[in-house]
Amino acid sequence: MTWITACSVDDIDPEDVLRFDHGGRTYAIYRDLKGEFFATDGLCSHEQVHLCDGLVMGDQIECPKHNGRFNYKTGAAMRAPVCINLKTWPTRVSDDVVEIEVI
Amino acid sequence: MPYDQTLVEKRDYSLTGPSSRRAIELGLASAEWYHSEIPRKVMRELMARSDQPALRDTVIWLGLLVLTGWGGVHFWGSWACVPFFFVYGVLYGSCCDSRWHEASHGTAFRTGWMNDVVYHIASFMVMRNPVNWRWSHARHHTDTIIVGRDAEIAFMHPTNIWMKLQAFISPIDAWQSLKVLARNALGNMSADERTYIPASELPKAVFWARVHMAIYLATLLAAPWMRSILPFMLIGLPRLYGCWHMYMTGLIQHGGLAEDVVDHRLNSRTCYMNPISRWIYWNMNYHVEHHMFPMVPYHALPRLHALIKDDLPPPCRSIWAAYAEMVPAVLRQRHEKGYFLRKDLPPTARPYREDLHQDVPDRSGMRA
Repeated sequence: MTWITACSVDDIDPEDVLRFDHGGRTYAIYRDLKGEFFATDGLCSHEQVHLCDGLVMGDQIECPKHNGRFNYKTGAAMRAPVCINLKTWPTRVSDDVVEIEVI
Repeated sequence: MPYDQTLVEKRDYSLTGPSSRRAIELGLASAEWYHSEIPRKVMRELMARSDQPALRDTVIWLGLLVLTGWGGVHFWGSWACVPFFFVYGVLYGSCCDSRWHEASHGTAFRTGWMNDVVYHIASFMVMRNPVNWRWSHARHHTDTIIVGRDAEIAFMHPTNIWMKLQAFISPIDAWQSLKVLARNALGNMSADERTYIPASELPKAVFWARVHMAIYLATLLAAPWMRSILPFMLIGLPRLYGCWHMYMTGLIQHGGLAEDVVDHRLNSRTCYMNPISRWIYWNMNYHVEHHMFPMVPYHALPRLHALIKDDLPPPCRSIWAAYAEMVPAVLRQRHEKGYFLRKDLPPTARPYREDLHQDVPDRSGMRA
């Protein structure tokens, strides 16, 4: 596991999401209303749509294609048509830089 | 141009046959689709959820249903009941589709349970298994009018014109919907249904089909007990005598346009309408916009349209104008393989992304 730089803290508004690609994978980086950062796989587990175009509401991300929802803090599938949980990734902030720990 | 009057060969629209395999081989299944450009901040504003507009509309909707239903019952036996049932029928048999649709997307209300309540009420009215249709509609958005993938294609070539005309009172459609509910209630799910409904959801589909059939059975028992068809005038029959507006607006969503493309500007139609129709239809007249950005709630679609209209084909100016362009195209599609109405884009628009689907063989030989 390796910590890598994903973005600056200012790159993501509160209650929003950003796409981050690294090593042939795509991730979604989230910032909640408290200013904490989270990361999940970047593609919806239902139809492989990029979640970065979706809507963040509270602790949930809504897929832009079919409106399925996940809790982005736990990865749990919350609303059909998504049934399979998202993989989450550890995050940390260091010197205003958001890092995620990836394989 | 004189047409060959021979009907085109019937296409395979099943979800388990050669068309499905072909769509997957050609990369048309779960493909990347064209989107107009919208800044992220603006899109977040458009996607924002609110309970207020749908609460207002739902109170009006259910209030009018009760009022007109009461009027129909009160004046039953005289001609005075006709206008009441006319309005009740549209509120039941047409509003049900738009409410079902918006609630299925979860965009009607911000509060989840409100979406679920309206979704189940509307699913019953429109005679749709709420589980099956939630999943079929997800597929409709993944693979819009991709033959062999989309379970909601209304115009299957060659189009049966008689079937489209009867749809306005819908006896065959409603009967087939009832048969599906009855089959599901007996625990029988078709091969097509199993292609888009996860196995974990199938028991829910059976449960809800049984709920719907139980209500119809109760209505069936109430009618002879009351020695009147009045129970059916309130439950079930409005799906027939009030569905004309649902079909009038629904048929123009994709009729006469392209199959097997991955640019919604080629297979969906936006059409301006009067405010009453837009209220009944919950703004689904902005259909290109809805397909491009399905997470935008119905009440924000006019704003979305204003933002991207310069990147879209010109909208039809009225329902009448939509039929005027659609009907000749549908009739031509009955005889001319691969034909579709290809609207000119304004000079401000980015070109159609035909490169994304240029390898589809059925389009070879197409006449513009």
